[in-house]
Amino acid sequence: MSTVKARLAPVTGHRLFWPLVMLVVLLVANTVYRPSFLSVELKNGHLYGSLIDIVRLSAPLILVALGMSLVIATGGIDLSVGSVVAVSGAVACLYISEQPDQNSLGGVFTALALAFGIALLLGAWNGVLVAVIGIQPIIATLILMVAGRGLAQLITSGQIITINSEPYKTIGVGHLLTLPFAIIIALVVTVIVAVLTRRTALGMIIESVGGNAEASRLAGVRSRRITLLVYVVSAACAAIAGFMMTANVSSADGNAAGLWVELDAILAVVIGGTSLAGGRFFLSGTIVGALIIQTLTTSVYAMNIDPQTALLFKAVVVIAVCLIQAPAFRARFRRRKSLAPPPAPTAEKQKEQVPA
Amino acid sequence: MSQRHPVLTMTAISKHFPGVRALDGVDFRLFPGEVHALMGENGAGKSTLIKVLTGVYGTDAGTITLDGDQVSFAGPMQAAAAGVSTVYQEVNLCTNLSVAENIFIGREPRRFGAINWREMRRRAQEALARLDLHIDVSELLGSYSLAVQQMVAIARAVDVQARVLILDEPTSSLDADEVAQLLRIMRQLRDEGIAILFVTHFLDQVYGIADRITVLRNGRLVGEYLTAELPQLALVEKMIGKELDALEQLDSEAGRDAARAAEGTPLIEADGLGRAGAVAPFSLTIHAGEVVGMAGLLGSGRTEVARLFFGADRADKGRLVVDGKPTAIRNPIAAIDRDIAFCSENRRTEGLIGELSVRENIILAMQAARGWLRPVPRRKQDELVQRWIEALSIRPANPEMPVRNLSGGNQQKVLLARWLITEPRLLILDEPTRGIDIGAKTEIQRLVAQLSDGGMAVLFISAELEEVLRLSHKVAVMRDRQLVAQLTNDDSLDADRVMQAIASGVRQEGLEKV
Amino acid sequence: MTTTPLAVRADRAWWRVPQRHVPVLATFVLLLVMYGVGVSQYRAFSNIQVIFNIFIDNGFLLVVAVGMTFVILTGGIDLSVGSVVALTAMVSASLLRDGLDPALVLVIALLIGPTLGLAMGCVIHFFDIQPFIVTLAGMFFARGLCTWISSTSIPITDGFWTSAAQERIRIGENFVSVSVLIALAVVAVAAIALAYTRLGRNVYAIGGNPQSALLMGLPVGRTKIAVYTISGLCSAIGGILLSFYTLSGAPLIAVGMELDVIAAVVIGGTLLTGGSGYVFGTVLGVLVLGVIQTLITFDGTLSSWWTKIVIGALLFAFILLQRLVGIRKK
Repeated sequence: MSTVKARLAPVTGHRLFWPLVMLVVLLVANTVYRPSFLSVELKNGHLYGSLIDIVRLSAPLILVALGMSLVIATGGIDLSVGSVVAVSGAVACLYISEQPDQNSLGGVFTALALAFGIALLLGAWNGVLVAVIGIQPIIATLILMVAGRGLAQLITSGQIITINSEPYKTIGVGHLLTLPFAIIIALVVTVIVAVLTRRTALGMIIESVGGNAEASRLAGVRSRRITLLVYVVSAACAAIAGFMMTANVSSADGNAAGLWVELDAILAVVIGGTSLAGGRFFLSGTIVGALIIQTLTTSVYAMNIDPQTALLFKAVVVIAVCLIQAPAFRARFRRRKSLAPPPAPTAEKQKEQVPA
Repeated sequence: MSQRHPVLTMTAISKHFPGVRALDGVDFRLFPGEVHALMGENGAGKSTLIKVLTGVYGTDAGTITLDGDQVSFAGPMQAAAAGVSTVYQEVNLCTNLSVAENIFIGREPRRFGAINWREMRRRAQEALARLDLHIDVSELLGSYSLAVQQMVAIARAVDVQARVLILDEPTSSLDADEVAQLLRIMRQLRDEGIAILFVTHFLDQVYGIADRITVLRNGRLVGEYLTAELPQLALVEKMIGKELDALEQLDSEAGRDAARAAEGTPLIEADGLGRAGAVAPFSLTIHAGEVVGMAGLLGSGRTEVARLFFGADRADKGRLVVDGKPTAIRNPIAAIDRDIAFCSENRRTEGLIGELSVRENIILAMQAARGWLRPVPRRKQDELVQRWIEALSIRPANPEMPVRNLSGGNQQKVLLARWLITEPRLLILDEPTRGIDIGAKTEIQRLVAQLSDGGMAVLFISAELEEVLRLSHKVAVMRDRQLVAQLTNDDSLDADRVMQAIASGVRQEGLEKV
Repeated sequence: MTTTPLAVRADRAWWRVPQRHVPVLATFVLLLVMYGVGVSQYRAFSNIQVIFNIFIDNGFLLVVAVGMTFVILTGGIDLSVGSVVALTAMVSASLLRDGLDPALVLVIALLIGPTLGLAMGCVIHFFDIQPFIVTLAGMFFARGLCTWISSTSIPITDGFWTSAAQERIRIGENFVSVSVLIALAVVAVAAIALAYTRLGRNVYAIGGNPQSALLMGLPVGRTKIAVYTISGLCSAIGGILLSFYTLSGAPLIAVGMELDVIAAVVIGGTLLTGGSGYVFGTVLGVLVLGVIQTLITFDGTLSSWWTKIVIGALLFAFILLQRLVGIRKK
């Protein structure tokens, strides 16, 4: 018994263990409910199936969450990503809608470049507030979270801009090499971010800034630049997610696009094991976290539950994952388990002391 | 005095933490109207004993009696209610509240259930008057100096009809005048019959005020002594528990040749460098291969000088000359560019990144200098880290272990390694041997001597005069944020002369005019 | 520096004396300026009823913001308020539709918020999970319950509710609603609680320095749990007021309200890091938001999204101000 336990310890102790268990549980539940859930088929050279759908739909969230991971690793938080999604989507769609030929590749690329550039500016704004002026990240990005939403509506004049552009639509629903284009984009961005952080020293420097900003400064780290950079990267990721979301529905709604995506992204990061206090970050964990959130949403749709009611499940999952990962909860659980046979008086006493 | 009954007795106290036996059958007693110093090196169990006493921790074994009744407090508040109050090293008050509130929060005077602010202010004024402190109690605590905040903490502690007052290193952030006032207040409280448990690292304070000394070592009781019957050297031996000759060896090795070091163009020269509110303008020259020791009391401006050299704070007066050329060092990056390195005295807050591994911490400064786009190749990292782990005998020798899991001495070595791999020409060490065990201390001292023999300039800051004298070619003496003397470390220089310089602030004979 | 006599307080310039009041004063000045602009631009603006209407339209927001002030003063945050407001309104509407006695409905509806707040507070305290995450889960949970109750809006036709909604309390020429009186009562109770009770002072102490508060023997855990419960209660009262105001319970009402509430509290001069701020400031913050909306309504040519942009700009201005007066915590 104990040897099995000891052998399993490195597995169960791995930070991805519980998130992965959660993901598997969700997939199993879906399969039980609908046995065809796991099947993937090739139609017209494109892969189809629930699993593919889940990955495709989680692509925007993965993108936003990747940027968020870096921001959170520096000890910050970016609440404005939802607004950036809305603004970038709105700018791109507005520009395309004003083109004589909405299908011209040149027009679409110009639109993307324009929207991307604006998103980078918004990211830089956040970065300047945090790194140069020294405002707390949660407040600094709250500004753009509120104002950015208004900005997006200003751009769309409060309307929903509908476009009819095949190249743009491809970003959301197209296919490449049998796979949905969105998945490929997410994959490429993931690889870029991973290479950017782990093949260079950026990851370690980010972690050192998040772990101890003053010590990093005294070690000669250019913390300001790094902080500014992560907010720009976060906004860039959000912009790409914004293109994907608006391309999915071929329209931009300044009010609804990317609504609450910041919360989902933060959740994905936290579920993935990155601490909100900053320091070590785990991109693989973040991706698993994003997949969990999307699987949950998809399963709820599949089971014909009102999407809003799905929030109930989300709440349960969030609390469950956070509790399992919380050291305080684990400590309690372990203590109760190990002390269960002979109730140790000191432990009991300590427990009673806690509320006082 | 010992005819009287002790107000507090702790008998055979034991406390375990996972992997550590923090207290092992420790006895302790405290008489009314006495100051009892609790002494021991880091890790001796002083703070654990205090936490057990005040109910922060439960005991595994042993009893505590207060006035003959056995007690077991559930927490500091209950302890305080029973007359056992604690003042901690860091002022543990809320700077965002008024002085009056800080004294009374949790037990505010109330009328009809509502807090009676006027009564609270009146009583706060009274409580502070008892300590001879007359300030506006409705002001925010944060607008007063640290010393005043410490006094307010004591006022809070004694206001609850305290019979036992625990002062846990209350003087470590105070200057000499403030310490004098604190000791005066302690005497006054003692004369009022309060029993004071006093924890401090300053031996002269112990001999200045304590009636009795209890020494702990490695969680065990070494003994209880009357101060008058315990010479200082004996106390140090009991605290450290081993012979001091490990330190003495260095003397022969170093063989500081003062004349040799000060030749040629200075590596770095501070010319009227200063910063308002931190340190008065000073001039100081450091040559390659020279160890400049910096002596002075805590808060005398030693660290501030170091920070100006490193650009951690920006100077607002004077200039720095590096290699004979005037150079502006506005930030650490500029300093590192000039091959200057700085090991801060606060390893945890200003030195290491606890979460990152030993390897990452060692590589950090080198990597930061290269920029993140040019990572140090992993093989080179491993090579460098392995070499320095061996050279400095960092234990455990696991480069991937998070650095926060290392002991203080090993953390200090990691910090040293971080800077040594950047091959600096000037190494600034701020209290590198504080709070680490004696073995690591000797190793670090030996390393400093070696580095200087190899041509590195070192600015060595330490509170321990012996250490400064042993290592330095030249001793710069700080007092009240001024550089008051620069003494060549020849045969005629001894601790007495340095202390004289610290105490009088008058420039001494044999002063080097630079 | 170091030889300064102990009795002399550390460096203080004359303009720093009311330092902790600067943010609130700034908000007050801003409010006066905006009101002045309104009066100078639009004749009808000078009517006292305009002010009363701001209170009528924002009564529920004010109550929720008061609860949020408690939470933010401890250095926490409560994202669940908007959802709890909606849930309270939904539960009231659905129970009334089922023909329950209004008094009983009121009690049940008022219990939901504090219960949820208590639960969140316990999780935050006992398991040491960030308030941001816990209240985010609470937000999802409450919103999910709303749609679980009904996916569409439920009208309220109950006599007590409609009379509470329509009752106009005359003050001279003008009038306010019942909601305004309730909101002002909540403000008064909260202000007194913060200034004159131990709980209130503990809230400030915890926001100032939680470790110190613990070592001073203050009931940190109990206070933390209490503020989330208070915030829950305020959200519940806010939900009732909202149901008076709209006479319905809708599953998607008050979405994003937490942002307005946090903005109001911050504009009102409360530090998001905790330990400094006043309920009175929050009142001013809510009024600032109300005046912006009113100005935009009066203008007629400005679209509603300008509200968000202006609120964002104000947030920026006030946060910058907090930095400038140097009351930032280290």
